[in-house]
Amino acid sequence: MPLWLDLLIRVAAVMVGFLVLPLVIGQAEHKVMAHMQGRVGPMYAGAFHGWAQLIADGVKFVQKEDITPREADRTVFRLAPIVALFPYLVVILTIPLGPNLVAQPLDIGLFLVLAVLGIGVVAVLMSAWASANKYSLLGGVRGAAQLLGYELPLVLAAASVAMAAGTLSLPGIVEAWQPWWLIWQAPAAIVFFIAGLAEIRRPPFDMPIADSELVFGYMTEYTGLRFAFFLLAEYVGIVVIAALTTVLFLGGWHGPFEEQLGWLWTLLKIFALSFVIIWFRVSYPRLREDQLQRLCWLILVPVALAQLVLTTAVKAAL
Amino acid sequence: MSENGDRIAPGKGLLDGLAVTFKTMTRRSTTQQYPDVEPDLPPRSRGVIALLEENCTVCMLCARECPDWCIYIDSHKEEVVVPGAARPRQRNVLDRFDIDFSLCMYCGICIEVCPFDALHWTPEFEYAETDVLSLLHDKDRLGDWMRTVPPPPAHDVLGEPAKEEATAARKAAGPGAATAAKTARPAAVRPKPAPTEPEKPAPTEPEKPAPTEPEQ
Repeated sequence: MPLWLDLLIRVAAVMVGFLVLPLVIGQAEHKVMAHMQGRVGPMYAGAFHGWAQLIADGVKFVQKEDITPREADRTVFRLAPIVALFPYLVVILTIPLGPNLVAQPLDIGLFLVLAVLGIGVVAVLMSAWASANKYSLLGGVRGAAQLLGYELPLVLAAASVAMAAGTLSLPGIVEAWQPWWLIWQAPAAIVFFIAGLAEIRRPPFDMPIADSELVFGYMTEYTGLRFAFFLLAEYVGIVVIAALTTVLFLGGWHGPFEEQLGWLWTLLKIFALSFVIIWFRVSYPRLREDQLQRLCWLILVPVALAQLVLTTAVKAAL
Repeated sequence: MSENGDRIAPGKGLLDGLAVTFKTMTRRSTTQQYPDVEPDLPPRSRGVIALLEENCTVCMLCARECPDWCIYIDSHKEEVVVPGAARPRQRNVLDRFDIDFSLCMYCGICIEVCPFDALHWTPEFEYAETDVLSLLHDKDRLGDWMRTVPPPPAHDVLGEPAKEEATAARKAAGPGAATAAKTARPAAVRPKPAPTEPEKPAPTEPEKPAPTEPEQ
């Protein structure tokens, strides 16, 4: 196969996953959230149980007027949604679906993923500052404090599993994974998942958005396609966090018939974790700003550090 | 943090929250797909008021009792010549009977107060208009709602018979039995409890203190 065709197929596959998976999860969120609240959710778009609701939403967003506030810093304002969306695209490149099914295997995959996820805070600050809106700014500053704080437990938990596997490569970690790691790395898995939720600003960690007090936080001034980009970034974020937790802690493609059905196991685990993320959103109220920081610094960081010690001890003993 | 010792295990509240939402998800939602599926309303729903014009005698009770004066009635008198009578009779003829549903608050007092059952509730509710003035239903439109009036509920088997029924029964029973005084109080058919008390006191107010006069 010539190089360009190989590249084209890989990029096309990543783009398809990048566009389809968030839509599936978004639709699942509509329906699951509705049923958890005793409603039925969208029923009209696409005639069968509203399956085309998000497509209709997308069409609506495209038709909307593209407004940039007069006082806004136009370049930064327009760039921010792209900066929010792009890192996730890069992350999806490195996530292995099956034993040899990864768009771009990298030896430092975990390192790249964590570094790129950190760019999210730049997008938040860009949109917050450039909007020239006090609600946006408040939301952005909250978001920055939250993202910087939760970066630490996220990285520490990921470091634990990287230590256990002895590699930074994501397929390598999945190769090295053993079922008993589920117990050994359980605290790290929980810390990683919770910190990941906070990283993508999902409820109950949506203090930067907090629509009941900050209008819509750093997204207040955005409309149309740019707002759709932010929304898409949120749902791609769900995919990314669920996929990373799957790959790092739940054994990725490991399962019965993993040689043939490995990709299916990965996808199943991703969807199960996405369901949990949606479930959390419906069940829990938003954490106050001080509770948010307290959870991070007083619970997640110590637990992650203790897990590091435990991982080191077990690794040294073996 | 509370100091008392009856704290539940940490995390129990979190798990309970998850359990509640999950249980709700497994149940069927009660959403009614209204515009697609007609709602299943109880027969005595207060949707709109129907007018049976033949029963109306233009007594104006409904219009006077209406709390927000949303019933408008006009009428004129007609002379009806009855053959054999000494004088022609006079009869009220309804010219206009409008209910302004933009004012109506659906209290149902007009229906309660109508002595001749000319007004009825119907469960129809789809009469929204884009112009508020169109909510004034005239007597043709009110009469048209009569199609949708549900049949009256069956009589309570243990209840007293209607006055007319009791009178008819007494007339059929024997001559002279029906007097005006007796028809006014029909015999109760409800099985009476065994008279344990020697004499039931007359239904006067038992030692109720007179309403205290406000101090002046």
